Amino acid sequence: MRTAFLGALFDAAANDPRICLVVGDLGYSVVERFAAAYPRQFVNAGVAEQDMTGLAAGMALSGKIVFTYSIANFPTLRALEQVRNDVCYHRANVKIVAVGGGLAYGNLGPSHHATEDLAIMRSLPEMTVIAPGDPIEAKLATLAVIEHDGPCYLRLGKAGEPAVHTTDPEFQIGRAITLREGSDVTMISTGAMLPTAVAAADLLSAGGLSVHLLSMHTVRPLDVEAVTAAATRSRYVVTIEEHSIAGGLGGAVAEAMSELPAERAQLNRIGLSPTFNRLVGDQSYLRSLHGLDVDSIVRTIEALVSQRPRPGGAGIP
Amino acid sequence: MRSHVLRMTSSSRSAHVGSSLSAADLVAVLYGSVLRVDPNRPDWAGRDRLIISKGHAAAVTYAALAEAGFFSVDELAGYGRNGGKLFGHVTTGMPGIELSTGSLGHGLPVGVGMALAARRDEEPWRVFVIMSDGECDEGSNWEANLFAGHHHLDNLVAIVDYNKIQSLSFVEETLSLEPLADKWRAFGWDVVEVDGHNIPALMAILGEVPSVVGRPTAVIAHTIKGKGVSFMEGKVAWHYRSPDAEELERALAEVAAT
Repeated sequence: MRTAFLGALFDAAANDPRICLVVGDLGYSVVERFAAAYPRQFVNAGVAEQDMTGLAAGMALSGKIVFTYSIANFPTLRALEQVRNDVCYHRANVKIVAVGGGLAYGNLGPSHHATEDLAIMRSLPEMTVIAPGDPIEAKLATLAVIEHDGPCYLRLGKAGEPAVHTTDPEFQIGRAITLREGSDVTMISTGAMLPTAVAAADLLSAGGLSVHLLSMHTVRPLDVEAVTAAATRSRYVVTIEEHSIAGGLGGAVAEAMSELPAERAQLNRIGLSPTFNRLVGDQSYLRSLHGLDVDSIVRTIEALVSQRPRPGGAGIP
Repeated sequence: MRSHVLRMTSSSRSAHVGSSLSAADLVAVLYGSVLRVDPNRPDWAGRDRLIISKGHAAAVTYAALAEAGFFSVDELAGYGRNGGKLFGHVTTGMPGIELSTGSLGHGLPVGVGMALAARRDEEPWRVFVIMSDGECDEGSNWEANLFAGHHHLDNLVAIVDYNKIQSLSFVEETLSLEPLADKWRAFGWDVVEVDGHNIPALMAILGEVPSVVGRPTAVIAHTIKGKGVSFMEGKVAWHYRSPDAEELERALAEVAAT
């Protein structure tokens, strides 16, 4: 996703001198090409995220389209008040990009796990929150946020995620992309969980379940229409995210569904328990601890539809 | 301007009268003779930018903008009133306000970004940021200081309203800033110290920035909190207190006499 983002940004910056990339001293071996090609559109703000975000707002208020770029929580939580007051309050045209959403930086530990970012960013007025599901969505999301006038948060995985889409889908901020059509269960995935969600959906379908699958790349504004349709059509709605189950995609979907008439689908949120990981692990290992691997998701949904107790993942110590 | 500030803070029962009075001469000189701005075109792209990073000096900022012709002086009566647009901290929405502030330590980083944008676009406009002394406690300023010095942003001017008093106590008793000029110098800025109530001196200094080509300019303005009202000057209490009717009359008489 990082490669797709930087590729799309590089191409767009050639045609639009307003586009600037401001990095927080991160992006070794991947941002140099941009810096060399567009020195007037590149800034390394140093290890200083508050200043990075404030100065990005200042540049945006002077006519630029500014991308801030760092990893995990550094461009969001570290500079949260700058994001709120300088960027959102002024509706400044700043696009905050975090690489390493969720548990992508696995064994670097919880300081590098972005696991509450979607919840926090989606609570800020004026902020659009996007977590693309694969490199193709990452490219399309990059182009979409350039066109969108106002603050955006773009949560990316790292590099090397498989492509789910074989061609460019129609990508619109705030509109879910349908990947599978079915009626028993609607799975709603956001961010880098998409390939896992697709694999789980296909296993469940092979087992005889009729599964609908949405890529909810935009967490805010949420595609309430798609959620309403899912809650009306299906018996079960399952959200899947590499993020705390508190306040992220699952929270947003729960809020939307809670205002629907009582005859609606049952909701199940699959995500990270709101705890800190106390064990070392790579992304795949940590996902499995939280029940975010293909097998755990399949078992969770099978148990849901048969109303057995939820097995969950290997278990959080 | 000082009488506007006294009436605004008294009628709205709001805080920070001392903070507005200490900055009054700085703001007056900037709008009166330094800034290249046009009240009839407040969004003119080529204007100088003034950020009031000490956003609690809102009363004096609105008063200065009104006196400079950005909007009617009559609007000042709406300061802090329900349903109005003149917040108790500097807030965009009134012509001439560049940045909404109130949380300290935000103005300088944003100003750095504006100055960088002007530099990259080879635009001649400049950025001025008025900060408080207590605000210098915020680490974000020192991130911005590093950046501005490193990038030689000589189109950026930071003015510290050094009135020696912060919220609960004196600066010297809270977190001493001394040697303040040396700190800014060490970050790559040229530093000028001035009596922040000496109008001709302020006009001379602010009229000729950058003081050194290739460096951002820090103007450390030595001021008196509550300046102009004898019973407010140098008193911690007037960070939060607002003048009652009797105090207002006495204060207005003193201001009118000077």
